[in-house]
Order: sequence, then structure tokens, then C-alpha cells
Amino acid sequence: MKEEGKKRVWADYQKEIADDHFFYVRSCIRQSFFPGSEQFFLHFMRIVLGKDVFENPSHTSCTGIGYHGDIVPLRTIMAVVARHFALMKESGYKNIAISCVTSFGIYTEILETWKHFPEELVQTKEDLFKATGREFDVPENVAHTSDIIFKFRNEVAGKAKFPLINKDTGEPLNGVEHIGCHYAKMFPKHGVGGAEFPRVLSGMIETWGGKVVDYPERRHCCGFGFRQYLVQANRGYSLSNTAKKFESMKPFKPDFVLTNCPGCNMFMDKWQYTIKEMNGTIYGENGESIPVLTYEELAGLVMGYNPWDLGLQFHMVQPEPLLRKLGIEFNPDDKFRTKDGRQMPVPKNLINA
Amino acid sequence: MAGRCLFPKTLSTHDMEGKVVIIGGGAAGMEAAGQLARAGCNVTLLEKQSLTGGHVRNWYHLFPDKRDSMEVIEYLEKHIAHKNISVLTGTSVEDIRRKHGSIVVKASDGREFDADAVVLSTGFDLFKSERKEEYGYGIYDNVITSADLELMFRKGEIKRHDGAVPQKIGIVHCVGSRDEKAGNLYCSKLCCVAAVKQAMEIKGYIESARVFCFYMDMRMGGAHYEELYRESQEKFGINYIRGKVSEVSENINSKLVVKVEDTLAGRPLKMELDMLVLMAGMEMSEGGRIIAENADLKTGENRFFAPADHHFGSNKGNMKGVFYAGTCTAPMNITETISHARAAVADVIYYLKEGKS
Ligand code: SF4
Repeated sequence: MKEEGKKRVWADYQKEIADDHFFYVRSCIRQSFFPGSEQFFLHFMRIVLGKDVFENPSHTSCTGIGYHGDIVPLRTIMAVVARHFALMKESGYKNIAISCVTSFGIYTEILETWKHFPEELVQTKEDLFKATGREFDVPENVAHTSDIIFKFRNEVAGKAKFPLINKDTGEPLNGVEHIGCHYAKMFPKHGVGGAEFPRVLSGMIETWGGKVVDYPERRHCCGFGFRQYLVQANRGYSLSNTAKKFESMKPFKPDFVLTNCPGCNMFMDKWQYTIKEMNGTIYGENGESIPVLTYEELAGLVMGYNPWDLGLQFHMVQPEPLLRKLGIEFNPDDKFRTKDGRQMPVPKNLINA
Repeated sequence: MAGRCLFPKTLSTHDMEGKVVIIGGGAAGMEAAGQLARAGCNVTLLEKQSLTGGHVRNWYHLFPDKRDSMEVIEYLEKHIAHKNISVLTGTSVEDIRRKHGSIVVKASDGREFDADAVVLSTGFDLFKSERKEEYGYGIYDNVITSADLELMFRKGEIKRHDGAVPQKIGIVHCVGSRDEKAGNLYCSKLCCVAAVKQAMEIKGYIESARVFCFYMDMRMGGAHYEELYRESQEKFGINYIRGKVSEVSENINSKLVVKVEDTLAGRPLKMELDMLVLMAGMEMSEGGRIIAENADLKTGENRFFAPADHHFGSNKGNMKGVFYAGTCTAPMNITETISHARAAVADVIYYLKEGKS
């Protein structure tokens, strides 16, 4: 495989990512499934880098899951997104930082729709004004939060305490990157590195010392696929897609999977548990499953933050094998203990623990 | 000093200057140069590469009769070895302008050439296969183009990057042609038959190889093409699968994993291959594009030079005294290119004979 060829593709998909003054819009599910991720993002941006990141408490769900589940019509979701842009305008911001790949896909799809069908923009402006009395501008810069961490990946590397190196062998760790389909497959120019050979996560892994695994089903869906999962009768289909990906990556012996989409992270994490329960298949080495991390969690680990402060214990696949390879010391008893020492209930059936 | 075209009496009624500049020294330009020189014109043939012959040089055997392409080159070279022709290689042209009844051809190095008539034979460029990112050309070691395969044929060995002899080979049709995403809606016309020829030729080198062609339609419109297609199935056992390859990747054993929809069987297909050949289509050449832009020459929706009339003026464009020959107007095979160049010569002769009107 020629790295040069990939670099040529990446050069064609350079994306403008704002440097400061972000209007931050959260994901609906990240806060409950991986609560440390958004926390770390805000901490890293505001405290470590000293950037201005603003949140407006009136921001709501983008309703993207409803849209892809055929519950929310296009005209409605355009008005919802327009309202977010109105909040941004009222707060005095022009750069939007989107925490979720589904939302990112929704925002880019709507912005492209308005570009190609200006009458839709006129209609949305009218709809929003009638419903809320608000007005909006389209953002000057649209970035997914993984774009922003990609932009500042060298700043993470500069503070690295645990680069992605196996401490016993001295070899780079093998990282599988999984990019949410809605990040760049619809509009490759909106993603760092495009859709076929995205750079956004592979750039982080390499900058932080790891090696990226390119495996045959790299571009395949994580298994979520909205209706594949949301319609209960289709869940076997969701599962079989996830299984297909893991079967394909298994021979490359990945040490971790890195994702930039909340849905992908959840499904690649939790379906490993389900598949293990169903037929006993484990995709990692030594009878251990493969930890699936968000880019903020990985950045935090590399920078030496406590894995439990990063929320890694909230994954179904626990991170212990990765922590050991990185040489990170941890106390498993602290996983579900609050900062003031109270013991929280311990979830059952966590794997790798 | 400008020469005079010596036409038979029936053709020539006026005195005329006969200085013709031909831009592009591939098959069309060489054929036109030879014919015009024999008619008595003073010809300057400009070629940007160091050798004339164009794309024909890069092919090994030609369809439909498996002739060695060097035979065509030899014929064309003999054709331009004429006292009325001066060949200037390493000369690229960036503009042409009309000036007081004649035409000035401007080379990139600042030289200027005066002409009574100009023949544009700037040919085509092969579609850059890396633009179809999903096929991974330039990334996956064993994804090659039809042009790369011809080089292997000429070297006399077909080998994978690791030196092994490939046993399972895929051929992808329509790479960069009939493809809205690539910006090319047209059919490149030759790649189907070239794929058939290459599939059979592979079997000539590796008898045990299994070859799969992934096609949208088999466009076998030329003389003897259909017969070749049939022979490839009956005698060589080439497999034809109707479906477009959607993505290519590489597994841990460095085999290519190809996903394709078999539209006849109505099933998605995933196949492991040792090598994949991309049938790169034809596009307006970059040299032609620059001239078209600077000289305001009209181009069609396909970005090739637009002929003045599809039926009666396929060698003429929108600038008086400028004529087109060969694949700068549309994809053509060598036979068609040579015929088109001869037709351009007839137009040039009439133009000069009629006092450049
Ligand atoms: S000749 Fe065949 S391969 Fe070439 S563009 Fe036309 S249909 Fe496709």
C-alpha cells in the first residue's frame, strides 16, 4: 500500500477549520453514553488551549435521528436547524462546532440544499420567523468536533504522556479508524481527507504515535444505519453488519477502534458484547474484546488524564487491555466511585474488566 | 519560404500559399503531415513530447488483429520523413491567433510560427484513474491501468507488486467514462474492445489465469469487435460480469477485495483478486484545453473541440483556417483517427485552393 497515494487524496480535501470562537452544539446521546468525551472537549479547548467555546442552553436536538427514521419531515428539520443558527447569531458567533456526526450530516445536507435550492432557504427563513420571530445567518465555518481535535492534534502530541506505543514491545499500537457515514460520504469536501480515505482520525492516530490499520470493510457502516436498528425487526441486520466489520479487521489485530460518531461508537462497543453473548465470538486477542474510543477519550489518555475521569468505564468493552499496553496505571475500584468517594452501582456483564 | 501546394488541375484554380502548422504529433498529426506534404504543402509539425507517435507508442498489440503497434509507428514515421515536413519535438503550443489573413501559432517558449492553415491534432489524455478514489489506484499496489498492463505486455511479464504471477485478474470497464461523478457522460468507445483484447492477451501469458471483466454494456461497435468478444469467451473462457465495481480494498494477504453488484444475477458480489486493471477512458488533452481556452475555440459538453457541424464539418471549428484531426474532437480508434486526419487534409486543401476563404 502506498502512503504517497493517500497523501495525494488528502491534499485534495483540505478543509478550512476555524481557529477560535466556536458556537458549540452537543450531541443528544454522547452525554449519556460517553459522558467524558464532551467534557474533555470543552476542557481541552477552553482550559488547555484557551479558546472561546460558547454553549447556548436553548439549543435542542437537531432531530436527525427522527429525520432518518422518517418521523421528522425535511421542512421541519430545516426549521430546527435554522433555529440553532438563530441562537448562534443572537450569541454573536459565526463558527459552528458540531459534536455529533449525525447532526454534522444534517447541517451539511441542509446547507447544501439551501445552496442548490435557494427557494428552500427563503421558505425556511419564513417558517422560522413565523414560528419563533427569529432570524438567522448561515455559519461562516462549519466543523465537526473531530475536525477541531484534528486541527489541534499536534498540541495534543506536544503534551503526550502516553504516546500510542506498546510499552512492552516499543512498537506502535494498531488503531482502526471508523468514520461515521454521515461525516463525509454525502459531501466528501466537508470532511478532512474526503470520503474514501478520510484523514481526520488516521491523522490523530499517526500524530500520537500509532499505526493505522486499513482493512477491507473499513468503509462499511458500523451497523447502526438508523432504520437497521430503530426498526426492531431489522436489528439482526444491524448486528450482522457490525459482525462483518469486526471479522474483517480481526486478522490485523487492532489494539483499539477510534470513532468520530456517537452512534458508531455505541454500536461497535455494545454489539461486541452482544455477539460474544450470542455465539461466543471475541474479536480481540487473548480472549479480550477491542476497546472502542472516541477521539476525545483517546486524546485524554495520550495526555495522561485519568481513564475514569474520561468516562472509559461507561463503555461495554472496558479499556483495560489498551491501558496496559500504553503503560497507564489505573485502579479498577475507582471506576464507579464518585469524586467524593461514594460507590455508585456497578454495571453487570462489562467485558474485558 | 512558404511552399506551394501542388494540386491536380481539377482541384487548383487559384494560386495559394501552402504553409501549414500541425499541432500534435500523434497518429492524426503524423498522418495529416504526410498527406499535406505529399500534396506539396510546407508543413511544420509541433509535438510537445520528445518523440512523435503519441499514445500508439504506449500500446503493445492493437485490436482487432493483434498487430504490433510499432508497425503503425513505423508507417507513420516513414510518412513524415519528407522534405516538406519539419518536425519540432519538445514544442508545446499555448495559443493561436488570426493575424492579417494568416494564423500565428504561439509556443510556450515564446517562438511564433506563421501559417496559412493550422491543423489541431492535440489528441486525448487518458483519464487519471486516481480520480476514481474508490478504486485506490496509486494506493493499492496491484491496482493498475490498461496502459500499465500494455507496458507489462511489452516487457513480456505480468507480475504483481510482490513479484508473484497473478492468477485471478479483474478488469473494470468505464473508468472515468459514462460517469456523472467523474464529469464525463460520454462513452470512450474503445475501452470495451481494449478490455477484450487485454483479457485474451493475459491468457496468452498466464494460461491458468482467470479473468473477470466488470462491465456496464459491452459496446462492440467496430469491425471485428463482436467476433473478438465471442472468441474471448469461447476460446479463452473470459468471464463477463455485468455490474459496476463500487469499492476496492486490500486484505491482510495483500489480495484485492472487490465489491460489485452482479446485475444479471441480481446479487452483490465480493471477490478476492490478485490484480485489478482499470480501463481508463479518454479525455480532452490538457494541451488542447489550454489552446481552446486561450484561442476561444469552442468545446462541446464532453470538453473535446466542438466540430462546426456533426455531419459535414467534423474537421472544422469556429476559427477560420483552423482544422481538427483525430481524437481532439472525440474518442476514436486508430483507423478512425487516420481517416479523420485524411478528411482534415482534404478540408485544408480546399481552404487553401479557395484562397483561404
Ligand atoms: S467503450 Fe465500454 S468500457 Fe469504454 S466507456 Fe464505453 S461502455 Fe465503458
